[in-house]
Amino acid sequence: MPPRERTQHLIFAALTLAAVLTVAPIVLVVGYIAWLGLPAIRWEFLSAMPREGMRAGGIWPAIVGTLYLTLGTAVVAVPLGVAAAVYLSEYAPDNAFTRAIRLAIINLAGIPSVVYGLFGLGLFVLFLRLSTSIAAGSLTLAIMTLPVIISTSEVALRAVPQSFRLVSFSLGGTRWQTIWRVVLPQALPGILTGVILGLERAAGETAPILFTAAAFFLPRLPDSALDPTMALPYHLFVISTQVPGMPIHLQYGTALVLLVFVLSMNLLATVIRSRARARRQW
Amino acid sequence: MNTPPKLRVEHLSVQYSDGTESLRDVSLDIPPNQITVLFGPAGGGKSTLLRMLNRLNDLVPDVRVSGKIYLDGEDITRPKLNVVALRRRVGIVFAQPVALPMTIRQNLTYGLELAGQRHAGRLAEAIERSLRQAALWDEVHDRLDEPAAALSGGQQQRLCLARVLALEPEVVLLDEPTSGLDPVSTAKVEASLQEIKQNYTIVIVPHSVQQAGRIADLAAFFLQGELVEAGPGRDLFVAPRDQRTEDYVTGRFG
Repeated sequence: MPPRERTQHLIFAALTLAAVLTVAPIVLVVGYIAWLGLPAIRWEFLSAMPREGMRAGGIWPAIVGTLYLTLGTAVVAVPLGVAAAVYLSEYAPDNAFTRAIRLAIINLAGIPSVVYGLFGLGLFVLFLRLSTSIAAGSLTLAIMTLPVIISTSEVALRAVPQSFRLVSFSLGGTRWQTIWRVVLPQALPGILTGVILGLERAAGETAPILFTAAAFFLPRLPDSALDPTMALPYHLFVISTQVPGMPIHLQYGTALVLLVFVLSMNLLATVIRSRARARRQW
Repeated sequence: MNTPPKLRVEHLSVQYSDGTESLRDVSLDIPPNQITVLFGPAGGGKSTLLRMLNRLNDLVPDVRVSGKIYLDGEDITRPKLNVVALRRRVGIVFAQPVALPMTIRQNLTYGLELAGQRHAGRLAEAIERSLRQAALWDEVHDRLDEPAAALSGGQQQRLCLARVLALEPEVVLLDEPTSGLDPVSTAKVEASLQEIKQNYTIVIVPHSVQQAGRIADLAAFFLQGELVEAGPGRDLFVAPRDQRTEDYVTGRFG
């Protein structure tokens, strides 16, 4: 084998190895959790309240709580985030003010999630007197999620060809008509993808809800947005570290449910993206 | 000319923010119901003038404009003008055909619906009329609900013309509308321009001197931002007054 070809082969092997190494941990994590958690997955586990100090029974209130928190986050973060992205992409002139906004968004994305939790405790729980509640937790998660939604939505909006806007203006369209009828529909799949990825992160976070929404154990489901709630990530933390004598398959069963929840959102985003790409006319 | 001009350009100068001067002291009368051709080598300011006529240059930041343009005697360069209303009266077809990502029908009704027209009968009427005017009706009348992107380039360009005509504007601007088209499609577009000029005022930047000669009622020759000369097409191409026009028309440069 000539030396040049050997180098070629060597590099190819190294790159393949690198690719395999990045996939391996994901496969291992999912496989390991599924292996230990699957035995716990029974109808009762998914639909019943916890019993015997959470050492038996199900995780229904944690599932419901995570759904509520994700939904609450969406209600706050999606309209706000998409509106901000429309402003930045379609209206904002390039000046010091909008540059400051962009900088703020980038920095917002870099703040550790536990800091969001502390901020939520100060602002929503204490100052606005929302107490430890779904509302306070959702608002905190929404603030954490906003940078993701804003930046992915802005990218999706900017990807819509400028020529569509020009044509719409030239046919007597106002700026808003152009956005509403041409730009937003074309950017929608990209925006949805960003929204789902942002919400997925919110659904899996523990620190932001630690001080703002999560309850150690509740004997019943929350009946208003001002009630505290159990949630999957926090429940996992609790039963893994705070409850002695916890059956291990319940821990891994809970982790598996959370994982499936988050991964199915991921899958949904992927499906939306690929279907939109197939249909796109530009 | 006896009839008052449809558009009157007076001492128009346009400068972009990078300092390039696009138009220098241009004055030109554009008569109604005729084809006015703005021609000359690239960078002469023809497209800039076209985009001044329906204020699309508003979308370019920091353009310095002096001089006036009048549409039926009304100043359309004034800052407080309702540009949306203006653009319904002065439509434009671009060099690259851009079908909006919708069906053929939706492309045609887009402008009308934005203007508040909801009446199904009127919309259907406008669709057929505009498609016939653009010589596209026979090819698409049985597939109006297909995506416009499925049409060929030549069909898309005629769709863009029809989309403008659907709004029944008073003036139709065309910026090298046939530059990407084959000779057959080009001939169709030129024929429909001759057809529709009875009802519209047409201002076109042609893609060649030959095209300019074929279709011009009035011709205006632009060179580096200056209007060198303007006159009836039959005179200007046969006996140009200015040496530079003659050099360009006879193919000595450009």
